[in-house]
Amino acid sequence: MFDDFFTRALIAGIGLAITVGPLGCFVIWRRMAYFGDTMAHSALLGVALSLLFELNLMLSVFLVAATVSLLLLVLQRRGALSTDALLGILSHSALSIGLVMVAFMTWVRIDLVGFLFGDILAVSEADIDLVWGGGILVLFAIVYLWRPLLASTVNPELAEAEGLQPERAKLYFMLLMALVIAIAMKIVGILLITSLLIIPAATARRFATSPEIMAVLASLIGALAVTGGLFGSLHWDTPSGPSIVVAALGLFVLSLLPFGRRSQGAVEHSSPGHSSHGGHH
Amino acid sequence: MLNFRSPDQPPLVSLANAGVRRNGRWLVRGVEFSVSRGEIVTLIGPNGSGKSTTAKAAIGVLKPDEGRVERKAGLRVGYVPQKLSIDWTLPLTVERLMTLTGPLKGREIEEALAATGISHLSRAEVQHLSGGEFQRALLARALARKPDLLVLDEPVQGVDFTGEIALYDLIKSIRNRTGCGILLISHDLHVVMAETDTVICLNGHVCCRGTPQMVSQSPEYLKLFGSRAAQSLAVYSHHHDHTHLPDGRVQHEDGSVTEHCHPGDGHHHAGHADHDHAHAHAQSHSHGDDHGHQHGPDCGCGHHSRLQGFDGREKSRV
Repeated sequence: MFDDFFTRALIAGIGLAITVGPLGCFVIWRRMAYFGDTMAHSALLGVALSLLFELNLMLSVFLVAATVSLLLLVLQRRGALSTDALLGILSHSALSIGLVMVAFMTWVRIDLVGFLFGDILAVSEADIDLVWGGGILVLFAIVYLWRPLLASTVNPELAEAEGLQPERAKLYFMLLMALVIAIAMKIVGILLITSLLIIPAATARRFATSPEIMAVLASLIGALAVTGGLFGSLHWDTPSGPSIVVAALGLFVLSLLPFGRRSQGAVEHSSPGHSSHGGHH
Repeated sequence: MLNFRSPDQPPLVSLANAGVRRNGRWLVRGVEFSVSRGEIVTLIGPNGSGKSTTAKAAIGVLKPDEGRVERKAGLRVGYVPQKLSIDWTLPLTVERLMTLTGPLKGREIEEALAATGISHLSRAEVQHLSGGEFQRALLARALARKPDLLVLDEPVQGVDFTGEIALYDLIKSIRNRTGCGILLISHDLHVVMAETDTVICLNGHVCCRGTPQMVSQSPEYLKLFGSRAAQSLAVYSHHHDHTHLPDGRVQHEDGSVTEHCHPGDGHHHAGHADHDHAHAHAQSHSHGDDHGHQHGPDCGCGHHSRLQGFDGREKSRV
């Protein structure tokens, strides 16, 4: 029914969406959307370096994204500039340095648009292995790190005081983000990776009653968005990466519509004053 | 009153000449104190005097830049931080909050919620709680871990005056029931628990220490906070001073509380009630039943009678 390339795109896209669901939840809980964006933008510098030094593309992107995130942690600790400003500086300078480097390398011709917006329809079987292999690795790591990550999201000092290691969890989280960005670049592109992290997680928030449920829902909603986006792109002949993001946005807007879930706020606010006035003394 | 302090055992945590420096500035220096099992140590001091820093150094969140901090091996800490804002995007019920830093049995969660009087809120999202309910939830979380040392950084913030008394009562009963050591931080100089064994007054260094009564009369304390603050520090032992507090907020809260609770007053014991109450606490818990459950619902009012009861007891003590 579908061409091979379409099936491959679907399998890779769904694998990626499932992987980024839980990570995306942490990105919004920790208010790190811009952080994710910065790491993603730095991926183009990774592309340029991989071309210059003939390194493996994915490895190079991973290394650059990881370096940028570590650099940010160091600069944050110095506290001279706000995180916001630091991110703005790092994000766009990494992107620009990458673009300038690529322009200097006149001997290579690269499909810049493909890197910026992804080319999911060009996914090979080796790419699928990488997406699913890497994805399973990331998910296992997230499960393993879940408690320290969640506790330090609520309060790092609390986590540390009670015997967890928030700094280490944060470091691993950064590395996982870098890994996911390296994997996702080909599928949704540098500019759209963060949207695949954030939009499904934000959509899941409304239906979630616990952090764990939200993580699972984010994965499922992401997979739904990938499927919808790819079919839409096939049907209307639109670019695949942006189509996936538009589909995700559609689901998010649907989740905002007021249906069903009115009760929660009402129930909690109606908890009456304490009934007993010491009658049983 | 049972005495859980045992001088023979080594302290849970002890600081010797400890100091913490940030960006070339000493946040706090020369801090010396220890917390033993069953002991309540209260740190007071103005804003920026290094109270939170000292507590964080005590539990190992901050490393001291000079001096020593020693903790008992395998010390289990329950921590209620000063600031804790949970992003709206994180769906977290009170029940889920309990197991944030470690697994717990369902029964342990229920007990902790009952002890803090918020059993009915176990399914509520933490973002929907009032200030007092949230502080109780945090306290329940720290308590459910069965810690050796409970560190409470301004546990009564955002809580009105009656709630404050109730929370202090709760803290006292936790100590009496579990025998854990408690390190309490307060900037509310007007209410320092009379149960506090040691008050340490900080202002970048230890400026004075002793029992609440001793500190309130020490010249260092008077110099730091003025005599009006000293009067209000003694609120627990001189209840009548309290109604004339210079602090507008507290006076207001007190007024509204009186209005709210007077109808129920007839049902409470007045005066000598406190003794019965305290014993009931200790006994029922040594039998392991859920006294907290019975006590919980009337906390909203019980503390009013406790306040009066307290007054009575203090008089008898003096």
